[in-house]
Amino acid sequence: MRIFKLLAIAATSLGLVTSAHAAGGAKHAHAPEEGWTFEGTFGYFDQAQLQRGYKVYRQVCAACHGMDLMRFRNLGQKGGPFHDHNYPNPNDNPIIKQLAADSAEVDIINQEDGSDDVRTRNSSDPFPNPYANSAQGRYANNGALPPDLSVITKARHGGASYIYSLLTGYPSEKDMATKYAKLTVPDGQYYNPYFAGDVTPNWAGDPRHRHYDGSEHDKDMLPSGGMLAMAPPLGDDMIEYDDGTPATVDQMAKDVSAFLTWAGEPKAETRKKLGFAVMIYLLILTVLVYLSYKQLWRNVEH
Amino acid sequence: MSGPSTYEPKTGFEKWLDTRLPIIRFANDTAIDFPTPKNLNYWWTFGGILAVCLIIQIVTGIVLAMHYVPDTTKAFASVERIMRDVDYGWLIRYIHANGASMFFLAVYIHMFRGLYYGSYKAPREVLWILGVVIYLVMMGTAFLGYVLPWGQMSYHGASVITSLIGAIPLVGDTVKTFLQGGPAIGDPTLNRFFSLHYLLPFVIFGIVVLHVWALHVPGNNNPTGVSVKDVKKDTVPFHPYYTVKDGFAILVFLMIFAYFVFYAPNSLGHTDNYIEANPLQTPAHIVPEWYLLPFYAILRAITFDIGPIDAKLGGVIAMFGAIAILFVLPWLDTSKVRSMRYRPLAKQFFLLFVVCGIGLGFAGANNPDDLLFKFREDQLVVAYTDEAGNSAKSEGFAEYHDAKHFMEELPEAANPGLEISKSGFKWLWFAQLMSLYYFAYFVVILPVLGVIEKPKPRPASIADSVLGHAKPAGGTPIPGAANGSPARDDA
Repeated sequence: MRIFKLLAIAATSLGLVTSAHAAGGAKHAHAPEEGWTFEGTFGYFDQAQLQRGYKVYRQVCAACHGMDLMRFRNLGQKGGPFHDHNYPNPNDNPIIKQLAADSAEVDIINQEDGSDDVRTRNSSDPFPNPYANSAQGRYANNGALPPDLSVITKARHGGASYIYSLLTGYPSEKDMATKYAKLTVPDGQYYNPYFAGDVTPNWAGDPRHRHYDGSEHDKDMLPSGGMLAMAPPLGDDMIEYDDGTPATVDQMAKDVSAFLTWAGEPKAETRKKLGFAVMIYLLILTVLVYLSYKQLWRNVEH
Repeated sequence: MSGPSTYEPKTGFEKWLDTRLPIIRFANDTAIDFPTPKNLNYWWTFGGILAVCLIIQIVTGIVLAMHYVPDTTKAFASVERIMRDVDYGWLIRYIHANGASMFFLAVYIHMFRGLYYGSYKAPREVLWILGVVIYLVMMGTAFLGYVLPWGQMSYHGASVITSLIGAIPLVGDTVKTFLQGGPAIGDPTLNRFFSLHYLLPFVIFGIVVLHVWALHVPGNNNPTGVSVKDVKKDTVPFHPYYTVKDGFAILVFLMIFAYFVFYAPNSLGHTDNYIEANPLQTPAHIVPEWYLLPFYAILRAITFDIGPIDAKLGGVIAMFGAIAILFVLPWLDTSKVRSMRYRPLAKQFFLLFVVCGIGLGFAGANNPDDLLFKFREDQLVVAYTDEAGNSAKSEGFAEYHDAKHFMEELPEAANPGLEISKSGFKWLWFAQLMSLYYFAYFVVILPVLGVIEKPKPRPASIADSVLGHAKPAGGTPIPGAANGSPARDDA
């Protein structure tokens, strides 16, 4: 059986090899103190949190970030923020219909005279993109195109924790005046210790990454992270949650990270549930086959 | 091993068919009654595991191809559509993506097993060579498949590999243009990569048939390396003895597979591949999938020109050479003893070779110029213009305030700037050392060891070795083996 132990070690070390290419220089992303409900073998999404997260996305993020792979019906599918078991087909769900109808109209061609026309957005339509094209998106954001958020948690190391850390990680004005006083932040740019990048060219202190030790030299140490074009997007009470949860920056960051994780892989919860059943099945079958093997070979010297 | 057939047709239909197409006889002789050494350990189960991997990849791949769109503007979204809207599409895609990794994990173990137990030696050279061909086609297939989701790593990985082909003298550019279907990577590239990615698994399947055929002529090697001498005493029929043992191993393997599919489906991939390909934005580090990293490290280890060969071509030659050398391995290893169980020196060099392979993998994952470890803490150096107008550099400072003090003392025209002086062991040097050992293992160590090494006594037969479990000294030594004369496993 030693060989299988070796195999398991080999398999896990594979994971280590690939995780070795982490983004250089950025601060390591961390989960909120209480962790995420969706992590681990029995992870699940909290529907109330997904609804709050959707609201943050819609009212804050959606001003600049599209989610081209998402359709309104996705919000009402099993495991989604507005799933209602009375509506197995999410396209019948009145909440979903309303959410779609409240969004920007869809450009169509009038089939009678061929002119440009618009119609109300349906539940089967994708989320509207804030920009007509990527050139417009760049033009509106100092040349930096806001990335699509459909699979953002799969496209960044750290996933939900990265989004959460980035959103809550913008330094306070006090920190910028003390700890990061030697940092020159160009116009239209913002410093964030969790953003992958290198601030050496903007740093007037020690150009080496070193550990903070609490001494007066700390203000000389090159900080981790980089500059991005996104201003701190969240502020306390900038939106109002329907369930009365206080809309602190920390709460909104948590909620929207959870929503984006769900949207990045809406079938993740199903996957883990099925996985558990598959594992149990394989385990039982493996034990049975092992016993057959022992039984069959009991009289064979080998 | 392919002795006289033991199959006897029983029903009328079987008798009728047996004189026309003896396919049942063939199946019986290769998969049921096939005499298999009774001492095979778990390392021998990976052949069966690999067959399962190939079938899983082909079946899931065919289903994925029903939904995938090979168009640079739609490929990325079509893959995500499989994840979101196709029934169990997420499962099929994750099995296929992780299946590639599992396939390579199994093939590496299978190959290391062959290397340790001398399964490439006479009379199994053709069997080994066919295996290396399968491995080569597998790497091609995996690379083509990785391009299809059209993520950042797909695109830029394809761009690195096709540019390598362009480094080959004379024909390079033409081959590159054929591969890309034009002067740059685009729709024609994606379409032919998709076409070839669908074709190659069936090529692999065909070679696997040959591989199994070539196995069934000499029969299985075994942990002692000693050939089967008495079919009755040394072997058991493949079914049910090895179907059940392989079955158990396959199930354990499937559990590891399932762990990745259900609980860590993206852990073996690169996050950048979930960003749609953008030719104008190159990722910070372009790396292939983990199973190609050792060869990527060898490719990047050649940073110097060798005579008329420039570094780029040298890297390409080294990378392909690392695989090509496996083809001639049966003739490089001069030892007559198959199993390293009885080769005390070779065993240690083999262990180092495994470490070297894994080390190359890590070297491939890291930036060659990054430091594996530091000789000392990084120091600061002040670069400035001295009074005579020449550029000058200060000595190294450990502390920032000392460097700053030095800068403040300089005259105004000095225009000082801070630089970091690093001193440490680069990943590049590690990759070069490991690459050196990789080639030395085949062209120096194995040929020399066969001549100078004194093998330990081997059991006279498989049956002896099996009974010898009770006696720690092993079975009857082969006369002559102990005094270093070339001992034969076939004696």
